[in-house]
Amino acid sequence: MATEPDIDVRAPSLLARARDSDLWFSFTRSPVVVVAASVTALYFLAALLAPLISPHNPFDPGSLVYSDAFTPPAWVEGGQATYLLGTDDQGRDILSTLIYGARISLLVGFAAVMLSAVIGITLGILAGYLGGIVETITMRAADVQLTVPGILVALMIDGVVRIKLKEWSAGGGFIGDMHETISLFVLIFAIGLSDWPQYARVVRGATMVEKGKEYVQAAKVIGVHPLFIMIRHILPNVLGPVLVLATIGLALAIIAEATLSFLGVGMPPTTPSLGTLIRIGNNFLFSGEWWITFFPCIALILLVLSVNLLGDWLRDALNPKLR
Amino acid sequence: MLSYVIRRLIQAAIVMLVVAFVSFSMFTFAGDPVNNMVGQEASQEDRELLRERLGLNDPFIVQFGRFVVNAVQGQFGLSYQLQRPVEDLIAERMPATLELVAVSAVLALAVGIPFGVMCGINRDGWFSRTLLTVSLVGVSLPTFVIGIFMIYLFSVTWGLLPSFGRGPTVDLGWWSTGFLTTGGWLALIMPSITLSLFQTTLILRLVRAEMLEVMRTDYIKFGRARGLSNKAINFGHALRNTLVPVITIAGLNIGSLIAFSIITETVFNWPGMGLLFIKAVEFADVPIMAAYLVMVAFVFVVINLVVDLLYFAVDPRLKIDTGAAVGRLS
Repeated sequence: MATEPDIDVRAPSLLARARDSDLWFSFTRSPVVVVAASVTALYFLAALLAPLISPHNPFDPGSLVYSDAFTPPAWVEGGQATYLLGTDDQGRDILSTLIYGARISLLVGFAAVMLSAVIGITLGILAGYLGGIVETITMRAADVQLTVPGILVALMIDGVVRIKLKEWSAGGGFIGDMHETISLFVLIFAIGLSDWPQYARVVRGATMVEKGKEYVQAAKVIGVHPLFIMIRHILPNVLGPVLVLATIGLALAIIAEATLSFLGVGMPPTTPSLGTLIRIGNNFLFSGEWWITFFPCIALILLVLSVNLLGDWLRDALNPKLR
Repeated sequence: MLSYVIRRLIQAAIVMLVVAFVSFSMFTFAGDPVNNMVGQEASQEDRELLRERLGLNDPFIVQFGRFVVNAVQGQFGLSYQLQRPVEDLIAERMPATLELVAVSAVLALAVGIPFGVMCGINRDGWFSRTLLTVSLVGVSLPTFVIGIFMIYLFSVTWGLLPSFGRGPTVDLGWWSTGFLTTGGWLALIMPSITLSLFQTTLILRLVRAEMLEVMRTDYIKFGRARGLSNKAINFGHALRNTLVPVITIAGLNIGSLIAFSIITETVFNWPGMGLLFIKAVEFADVPIMAAYLVMVAFVFVVINLVVDLLYFAVDPRLKIDTGAAVGRLS
């Protein structure tokens, strides 16, 4: 009688699976990606801990020293050690506004990507699984929206919501400081709605492939509710490409937010994002105060570049054709 | 062929109707236009009279029909903020934007194609690798950041180029051009480079990818075996076959250039349609926004249509496909 070979038949833990995965292997093999991931992580950390790590609170009018306005960076003549990257026209510490600005940029970027992913995935799965009239309407709508660039759609939505806001505020609908919260939501809404067709197209394609597979057929035969099939069985299998889209989408959403704010239809100067900071600083470019706009520009480029590099790597790493 | 053309024309008309509907609903979002036109002291009767005269008491579908009929004739009403016909405002600003877009498109092709060919032929050379990395950085740079950096270098630091406006222009009847003066060309340099940079990287990457693909094909190998010169192979045979998709993408992207000129025009204070539009968004000037949306969508639809029809004319395989499809159906 043969004895059972001594093999550990337990399923490997999640951590072990992650450690032995191809993804982790290719990650550790490319130094550029490791740097990009570290920079991105650093931004997230700074954004989360903004009130703790920023040297000044730039949004407390009481702590602002007006005579400190236009202080150059610390290493330039006339700079002060307490303002490492100098101050802006209101005496706000640039480094602190950058940390808070990155916080808003990341928040808007993330929320917008979530919004477009949720809309896109929902419509994509419904279109791919149900077909018929649902599919026709969804995909035609996506086609129409894709004929114009996303930033234009975002600008239009932003413009329309602003009209509505103007009307409400004329009727005394809301008070002063709600403006900032509302700007935040308007941006998320505008950018999020401008990007859903990408997700819908990809998810629809993937759903149509999954729909024909045996496990879905089996689930249908034993009478599982279609909604349950879509959520429990198809959804997990179409999320791979969505992850890649979302990473690249995050970089695009951050750029879109910065662009709208730079154009003056995004975050107000009282709660600036990186784009608003660049817009403010741009006014002082000619009078020699280059640091007010230079550092927000660098912060934005660094963030977008890191996220882009991550997205590029993820796309190649998850693409089975390139293995 | 004819049935295909008709089908595409109907599709294009539907898209334009949807866009017109969206821009028309912006007016309803904007609330009562009468409030935007009369002062606070206007009496209720005056307002009613104006409403009746403007046709605001008609049913929704009648108003929408009127909007479409006017839009087809190029009429979009008065700007709320500037109190002038929108079509006049746009016509004034159009030359500035179109000249900027034209120069940017030419620039993107003139730089993108040769460098793309270079990267495609010599894929592992240090120059190609550097160029590819730089182009990734280029994609990550928001347009306005490039513009700001250029202004800081060339206008603030070195004082070489003007940082805003079109410079002196010459009026040719209904078209004002900056092409005929030195100042006009100098003013064009930085905005057109800024606007074209993204398209350039796009075309460069596309040409490179297409070249790599073509280089693997048999007819290139055969050309080499026959002993053709590198120049004849690269430019005579390989490049020619990459150009169809490149021209298509470049054509389709003229629309994006017009849309993205909003950003470039804001940075350089370029007096074009984009600047007009962004001011309209800031002040909730709906007629301008609606007109701009309809116009840009129209440009996109026309370009898409022309590209599709050209493809159909150029690529005989498409004809066979639709023929077969029709055969199956009948």
